[in-house]
Amino acid sequence: MRFAMAIDTKKCVGCSDCVVACQTENNVPIGYCRDWVVEVNDGTYPQLVMEIRSERCNHCSNSPCVRCCPTGASHYDYGGIVLVTPHKCIGCGACIASCPYDARYPHPKGYVDKCTFCVHRVKEGLPPACVAVCPTKCLYFGDTDDPRSEISLVLKKRKYKRLIPEAGTNPNLYFLI
Amino acid sequence: MNRRNFIRISTLSAGGAMLGSFGFGGGKEPSLLDRLTGKSHPDESGYMRTPTYCEICFWKCAGWVYKNDQGDIWKIIGNENDPHCNGRLCPRGTGGVGMYYDQDRLKTPMIRTGPKGKQSFRRASWDEALDYTAKKLDYIGKKYGPETVALITHGSGGKLLTTLMKAYGSDSIAGPSYAQCKGPREVAFGLTFGTGLESPEPTDIRDTRCLVLIGSHLGENMHNTQVQEMADAIDRGATIITVDPRFSTVASKSKFWLPIKPSTDIALLLAWTNVIINNGWYDKEYVEKYTTGFDKLKDYVQPFSPEWAYGITTLDPNLIRQTAKEMANASPAVIIHPGRHVTWYGDDTQRSRAIAILNALLGSWGRRGGFYLPELKEIPEYPHPPFPPVKKTWRDILGDQYPFAELPLANAIVDGSIPGNLKDFQYRGWIVNGSNLNMTMPDMHKTLEAIQQLELLVVIDTMPMEITGWADVILPECTYLERYDVIRNDHNREPVIALRMPAAEPKYDTKPDWWITRELANKMGLGKYFEWKTFEEFLDYKLKRMGSSLDEMKKIGVKKYPRESGDLYFSNDNPPTFDTPSGKIELYSAQLEQAGFDPMPKYTPHEEPPEGFYRLIYGRTQTHTFSRTSNNPNLASVMPDNKVWVNPKVAANWQLKEGQEVWLKNQDGSTTNFPAKVRITERIRWDSVYIVHGFGHTSRLLTRAYGKGVSDSVLITKVLTDPVMGGTGMRGNFVTFLTENPDKEAKV
Amino acid sequence: MKEELIISGRMNPMVDPVLNIWHWQIPLYLFLGGVAAGILFFASLYFIMGREKKYPAAIKWAPLLTPFLLVLGLAALFLDLNHKTFFWQLYLTIRLESPMSWGAWTLMVITPLSIIWSATWLKELIPGWHWKYPFLDQWEAWFIRHRLILAWIMLISAVILGVYTGILLSAFNARPLWNTSILGPLFFASSLSTGAAVIMLMAKSHLERNIFSRIDLMMIGIELFLIVHMFMGFQASTQVQIDAANMFLGGPYTEVFWIFVVFIGLLVPAILEALELLGYKIPIIITSTLVLTGGLFLRFIIVYAGQASRYLY
Repeated sequence: MRFAMAIDTKKCVGCSDCVVACQTENNVPIGYCRDWVVEVNDGTYPQLVMEIRSERCNHCSNSPCVRCCPTGASHYDYGGIVLVTPHKCIGCGACIASCPYDARYPHPKGYVDKCTFCVHRVKEGLPPACVAVCPTKCLYFGDTDDPRSEISLVLKKRKYKRLIPEAGTNPNLYFLI
Repeated sequence: MNRRNFIRISTLSAGGAMLGSFGFGGGKEPSLLDRLTGKSHPDESGYMRTPTYCEICFWKCAGWVYKNDQGDIWKIIGNENDPHCNGRLCPRGTGGVGMYYDQDRLKTPMIRTGPKGKQSFRRASWDEALDYTAKKLDYIGKKYGPETVALITHGSGGKLLTTLMKAYGSDSIAGPSYAQCKGPREVAFGLTFGTGLESPEPTDIRDTRCLVLIGSHLGENMHNTQVQEMADAIDRGATIITVDPRFSTVASKSKFWLPIKPSTDIALLLAWTNVIINNGWYDKEYVEKYTTGFDKLKDYVQPFSPEWAYGITTLDPNLIRQTAKEMANASPAVIIHPGRHVTWYGDDTQRSRAIAILNALLGSWGRRGGFYLPELKEIPEYPHPPFPPVKKTWRDILGDQYPFAELPLANAIVDGSIPGNLKDFQYRGWIVNGSNLNMTMPDMHKTLEAIQQLELLVVIDTMPMEITGWADVILPECTYLERYDVIRNDHNREPVIALRMPAAEPKYDTKPDWWITRELANKMGLGKYFEWKTFEEFLDYKLKRMGSSLDEMKKIGVKKYPRESGDLYFSNDNPPTFDTPSGKIELYSAQLEQAGFDPMPKYTPHEEPPEGFYRLIYGRTQTHTFSRTSNNPNLASVMPDNKVWVNPKVAANWQLKEGQEVWLKNQDGSTTNFPAKVRITERIRWDSVYIVHGFGHTSRLLTRAYGKGVSDSVLITKVLTDPVMGGTGMRGNFVTFLTENPDKEAKV
Repeated sequence: MKEELIISGRMNPMVDPVLNIWHWQIPLYLFLGGVAAGILFFASLYFIMGREKKYPAAIKWAPLLTPFLLVLGLAALFLDLNHKTFFWQLYLTIRLESPMSWGAWTLMVITPLSIIWSATWLKELIPGWHWKYPFLDQWEAWFIRHRLILAWIMLISAVILGVYTGILLSAFNARPLWNTSILGPLFFASSLSTGAAVIMLMAKSHLERNIFSRIDLMMIGIELFLIVHMFMGFQASTQVQIDAANMFLGGPYTEVFWIFVVFIGLLVPAILEALELLGYKIPIIITSTLVLTGGLFLRFIIVYAGQASRYLY
């Protein structure tokens, strides 16, 4: 099992509902966020193109954060989801520095926090909160090891890119372009 | 479920429980109190939830309020059965919890002790505050007549307040949602098709093949159903054509983006009409059967070729032809979207008419993929005595101005409160509910002038908005998460109703609208209009007569009813009827002609920005509703302020840097109270600047929003009023940059 | 014009707008660890080579400082932790892929070693020193007997510590500036150079001062060579690393790096040392202080600039 997310940049309107839904679902303290939205514009008026990406932890298959964690707090969990065990974390910040996506942050309580792919929901068979709320249905979540899953099908059908694969992280967020 | 799955899930739940101890996880176990009182009901997974419908914007999506282990409000999730949201709330609805938790909320009733505009209030008990209000209303009613009191409202609380106003003897009940927003298109579609669009607009985006947006930035305005259906349309490969001087988000998703010169939309619409008629691309059968005035229209549009429009709109004539063809190819599954906030240049009814005419030519009204025929469920009235006659109706007060206005105009109430504006009439009191007029109405200076003339300003709100600073009495209502409200009942593909019930007790000393209204009525001797014992009984009375009950609605939140009016679209079984004088779609409007207006839309050039000035274009953002959410902790964390968008060429001229703070000054010398950060972006034309509406709060009590960004209402001092229906056009204002603080002391 | 921005207001403390997770504690820790590693390297090396008599400052005097340097460094590291009460989790596991784990364990080994090493010389260095408890005398005798083994372990751990201070950073490929294998040798060279500077300060004999001055000069030469190669490597690499190098080649770190690290911390002391070797009288305190300052600045600048170098946005 290999959980992954696909983000349709053609449908995303950048509404940030994913960010707010994550805040409430996971009680992310105000002023912090586990996911965020990036807008890229290129060209000269009126020849313009825009790309909107809802981003979060890439739950990399080769996670630098898991590698550099001195205590094993950062680890691979259910279906490859990268998690932090708060009571093992010493808050050294190495994983934060190691993440090329800047997906982690120090929680005000001291430990390092990040997107969990809403593992507590996924374990109940529910999609992550951001996926469930997205008004444009531009987020797909599922098991890429299962060739019949919705995400596998959409990745077969559509062109996609991953962010900085050259960092060698083998990320599991796919941006449909 | 097979054994393996079962084991997987049960072992994993144990892991989930462990994670739960680190901060998340919902309230699966109802609190004892909830269980005893049956206040919340479990969802399929066993979480406790109560139904509501959202009050953050007018779309009013139905949802479920979930509580956590401690019994506190945790999150709000859309109701799957609600066609307003299909189980997916927009960011504002999701962030609705922030409205409840906002520590800046109004907490107790207050009565003014000092001059208006100064925050000099004393705390009062509800009894005292309502007594004060009732006595003042009684005094005004006796001295000037009850019709001199107006209600300005936006939101669910307005329904019961409307009953109170009518019982009191006034029908000046206005929402800025009309003359500052969608009024012109309601009038225009009414004149053309015999019926307005209302909310939610019956645009059949779900099945459309071509969606045309004129200055409408769907996706930046989160009109939930429409955004959802538009995303589906993108998936299906439907064509989107966007006309906007700004590279809006949806422009980036459109097959055609027409970067039009601002204020020239009518010229484009006329050129499209010209091309579609002259090439015979219109729906001939539909036009012949259902419309009147086609020949006059055909003759009329002859001069308006794409080449003519090119000179005005700066749009390539071939692009105009190509997009017209695209629309015709999709016909009748094409929507030239009527937009929502359409009060731009003072000829907005005419522009909306041009849009209505194009839809008629392409046969999209009442057709699949165009406009469906919505249906509404009648809600029975709770019995009450008849209302007294209104001595002077809003129409009487308006006289022969704005003959096609169908509803009272908030701007006319503002004007009518300033002595000398109307012959022998002046508004003396306002009740304002859920509408921060200082930022909602154009020309803030005029609004303040009017407020200072009032003998009574009652403000019912949840937040210490600017308007509360000018109130004589502040009545703090609780948020929508803490109260019952009237049954939501909007038209849709199928009739549908929704219930809002309290998920928590009201925080602080705040009260629901129904309580405030009824207590006030009692004190005014109008209790007989509100004779229900409890509000539950009021709702149950109605629901029982609609084949449901309060108990049922508490469990389901949303109820759909089968259609009774026939097909969703015109068909042989469902022949079209048009509620116009001719009984047909009026391409040529005799009604307008009789009233002395152009019977067919006319392009009139509008004023252009002087040297060194740029047209002020404002719009919406997905995470905020007007100015009412700027202090919401969740939403402010996503978007704390607005930036002023400047084209790189303009920025180079002014040597502006990204993130630099500038003050904006308009053509009349009105300057923003606060600086705005510059965003240098290609997304805006070089003759315009863009800001999102709703920021630049001057109320210091809004600790998160105070001084963040700038308010467009300060810069909209020139109002282009639509003579047809009184809409306030706000896009005729021009601004320039000040790089130095024009006033060391921020003005309020 | 290309525009790339986060539109959902992300402003995570210590991450946005520029990564700022490590403050003064980490560079100070790297510096102190580096100096200690340098001193202990020379102490054990020359002891093994049997130069006990020739280089008393290196083998006996300077190591006395290292327990303090290491404990101070560890204290700085502890202060940097955000979840301090869980620090003991470091010592419940060994994570071979985590430089932080390597560092924690290396310090766990080398700190007691440095204390023992220093203790074994106390009687010799401070006349009249005696241990309060007799069992300590027994221990001391045992350690003195096995000094050579001690020296070998210390030599290896000193190399690990010296290199580690660089590897800690270079293991982060998320920060293009750090992600160069030159950082390990560079920091090790710097730790030897700063270690030598401390020994120079404490050396009483002209001979010892002279040899460490030569060593230091050589280390500075190696450092300059490595710095030049580091930038050449960056310039020949991917865009993000070119951008990282440009922070020092015209960017915000240009002046502070070239003036404080390269000029004041490397070139000037190198010239002074060369002059001294040519026979000019140069106060050793000036040379040593400059070297140490340069080493400290190097750590600070690399740690801060590295956090500012990134792949995205």
